[in-house]
This record gives sequence, C-alpha cells and structure tokens, in this order.
Amino acid sequence: MLKVNDINVYYGSIHAIKGISFEVKQGEIVTLIGANGAGKSTILNTVSGLLTSRTGSITFHDKPINGVAAHRIVANGLAQVPEGRRVFLQMTVEENLEMGAFTRKVSEIDGALENVYERFPRLKERRKQIAGTLSGGEQQMLAMGRALMSKPELLMLDEPSMGLAPLLVEQIFDIIKELNAAGTTILLVEQNAQMALSVADRGYVLETGKIVTAANASDLLNNDAVKKAYLGG
Amino acid sequence: MTFLTYLIKGISLGSIYAIIALGYTMVYGIAKMLNFAHGDVIMVGAYICFYAMMSFGLPPVVAVILAMIVCTVLGVVIERLAYKPLRAAPSLAVLITAIGVSYFLQNAAQLLWTTNPKVFTSVVGDGSVKFFGGQLSISYVTIVTIAACLIIMVALVWFTSKTKMGKAMRACSEDKGAAQLMGINVNTTISVTFAIGAALAAIAGVLLCSAYPTLMPTTGSMPGIKAFTAAVFGGIGSIPGALVGGILLGIIEIFANAYISTELSNAIVFAVLIIVLIVRPAGLLGKQTNEKV
Repeated sequence: MLKVNDINVYYGSIHAIKGISFEVKQGEIVTLIGANGAGKSTILNTVSGLLTSRTGSITFHDKPINGVAAHRIVANGLAQVPEGRRVFLQMTVEENLEMGAFTRKVSEIDGALENVYERFPRLKERRKQIAGTLSGGEQQMLAMGRALMSKPELLMLDEPSMGLAPLLVEQIFDIIKELNAAGTTILLVEQNAQMALSVADRGYVLETGKIVTAANASDLLNNDAVKKAYLGG
Repeated sequence: MTFLTYLIKGISLGSIYAIIALGYTMVYGIAKMLNFAHGDVIMVGAYICFYAMMSFGLPPVVAVILAMIVCTVLGVVIERLAYKPLRAAPSLAVLITAIGVSYFLQNAAQLLWTTNPKVFTSVVGDGSVKFFGGQLSISYVTIVTIAACLIIMVALVWFTSKTKMGKAMRACSEDKGAAQLMGINVNTTISVTFAIGAALAAIAGVLLCSAYPTLMPTTGSMPGIKAFTAAVFGGIGSIPGALVGGILLGIIEIFANAYISTELSNAIVFAVLIIVLIVRPAGLLGKQTNEKV
C-alpha cells in the first residue's frame, strides 16, 4: 500500500534520513521504533508531504506522492496524527473535527462526525468545548478523531502515547487495534517500543536516520539487541 | 451637546480605523507579518473610486465596488509577488519588504495621479440628520461609516466562525503544519486573507475621503499607522480587538483634538498606546504569548 524507497531528507545541511526504505501492506500495523532524534517523525512528515525527499520514491497504491503538496496528500486516503497532537487549541472540538474533514464533501461530514463520536463518546460530550480546555488524553483522542474524519485508508500516528498516564496509553492502543480490526492500515511511530511492538505486525528499528533492523514484531520483542536498547533489558 | 457631537465624530473616525485595523490584524493572525503597505492600499482604493466617479461618471455604489475589486486584486498580487517568496525568510526581511511595497505604491501613485491634492466628493452626499431641534447634527457620512463598520464586523465574525474557509483561516493562524495535514491549502488561505483585508481597505479609503476630502498619494499613510496602532491597542490578531482598538483610538484622537490641543492630538494618541502596552503588552483583547514580532 505504502512503499518508501531509498529516501534522503535534509534539514538545511543536516542529513536527517539516510537512504531509508520500508513498506506498509494493506491491513497491517507497522511500527517504527527508535530513540529520540532517530528520524521517526521526519519520515512521517515526509510521507505526509510536509518535507520532501531529495532522492528515491514514495508511492501510495503505486501512485508516486513524493513532492506532492501536503494538502493534496490527505485526499488520497493518507492521514497523520502529528506528534504532540497539535489540535487547534482555540477552536471547539467539533470545529477541529470539521477541519479533519476539510477535503470531504459537505454531505459526508455529518456521517463522519457520527462515526468519530461513536468511537470517542467523550468527544461528543465535549463537542462545543474549546480544545485547549481538554486533558492530554482527550486531546489525543481529538487528534485521532480529527485524522479519522478524512476517512483514511492509512493512518499514521506519531507518538500517540507521549505524556499520557499508563491507563490512557492502554486505552489509546486499544483504539488503535480496533481501528485496524475495522480495516484501517496503521503506521505507528513510538518511543514506547514495548507497547508499539505488542500491537504491531511488523517493526523497523531506526538509529540516527537509518533502519538497522526489520522484522516481525514478535521477533523484535525477543531480539536481544532490541531488548537491551529499547525494552529496558 | 458638543460633547456628544465629538463623541459621535470620534466613533466615526474610529470606525474607519477599525475597518483598516481588521486588515492588519487578519493578515498578522495568519501570515504572522505586519503588512505596512496596507495603509497605501486605502489610498489606491480612494483614487480608483475618485476617478470612477469623476472621469467615468459612474454612480458611487459602482465606483466603490470597482475600488474594492481593484484593491482585492492588488492585495493578492502584492502578497504573491512580494511576500510569498519570503514565506521562510526572517520576519525582519518581510517587514522591510512591506515598507518597500508601501513606498512603491506611494511613488506609483505620484507618477500616475501626481502629488496635487484631489478634492474627493463624498459617496453618500453632503446632507445630515438633525436631532434635538437642530442642536445635534450627524452627517450622512458619519452614519454610513459607523453602519459599515458594524456590518463588516458582524460579517467577519460570521465568516470566521461559520464558514469552511473562515474556519480554515483560524486553523492556519494557529498551526499551519497541522492545517496542511488536514488538507487545507495554506497559500490559498493566505491569499483569501489578503483579498479580504484589501477589499476592506478600499471601503475604508472611500469612507475616509468622504469624511476628510483631501486625496493625495500619502493620504493612506497616517491612517494606516493609526489603524496599525489600533490593531496593537486592541490586541493584534483579534478581530473584536480591532473594533475596540479602532473606536477607542478615534474617540481619544477627537477628544484630544477638541479639549486638549490640536497640535498634540497625535502625540496623545500614541502616548495612550504606550501606556496600554506597558500595562497590557498583548493589547486590550490580545492573548498573552511570548511570540516575537
């Protein structure tokens, strides 16, 4: 579904992503794990079109998307829940969700809203509330709901567990599993490798802009080097 | 009764400042830049309206609409040519470019229309409405100006809170990256903002020259600075702030002019601004942030 082939991304003169290739197949949960600064978010932002790779190719359903403007990529069925949630803090919950459906027809918005409210009843309770007044967990749900409004085939999540209490992290990961079971393919970036690998089908381990290991998630969970570096021994 | 007359005059002048201030504040909210050429778009609008009425004999309403169309195009073209290439540049470069565009417009106006002042004919006629047996007289221009300001304000609040484009503008002003991830075209949104600001500038120019009929290439510059002050005064980035800041500034200016000193009125206006900014650095209705301008 998503094929990333030999991309190189630079921030000015800093070579952030060094020849990375990976693939996400329909129906999978794939995770990119790695330390802070390994380039995980950079990869998602490149796929989303906020950054551009100088080389290689990115294809979604065999259609090249590298170099396509970010605002045109969403309509292809590819949505991102960005790191730090980045909900529109001064807008209401419902307005945030409407923004998520920006590329969809007006007639489809009400149905999409209903679907999101069904999955996140808390958002329905707070629909008229300003997003800045929500708790961290609620904001994460809003960020996910907002991305779902575009009805993505591939949902990319960047550190959804960041800054959340353990109980909430489990709730968020349960939702990720449910979404996947309902047919959404997931590309998950996480520092919480344990959690990520426990839900994922496959994983890629990143170190300073390169993929060092690629394997099934269960194998990575038992891989000694991965255990030592990312799973606390 | 003179107090009331001055108050109404102040609200009317303030309404013009408020309409101009909206252009500053909306552009600042979204593009995070101070468009110092905005004041000169006012002047262009007034000239277009003037020539449409005088040389082509068009009815005032048509002339105003024509001025709005020309200014809208001008605003969008300025943004595309001068500011868009600097989207990633330091804010100082953009600021200097804006000042450059301002001088460019003034000099182009001198070339096209000479520096000889034109006497602008009010678009609403010279009559007035009398109250209290003729003791209080309010001119048509004053009434139309205040009404226009209120209508524009209500329309903009409706636009930014109810329409898809208006909401997209608010999303862009908060987080352009996240807005792009939603599928919002940030460049289009910025263009629309400049278009609205410039169309409002045309209206302000016509109203300004209807009340103060001397039209010159530099006509827009002082009201532009005052309106910028009003925008900062009310809290830059805030639409209600532009209204409050504009009206207060107009009232202070007229009162200072009438009761204190004609020569010192501008100094008093800016002194009040300095005091407000010392007490409330983000302006009256602005949000306290640590952002650098």
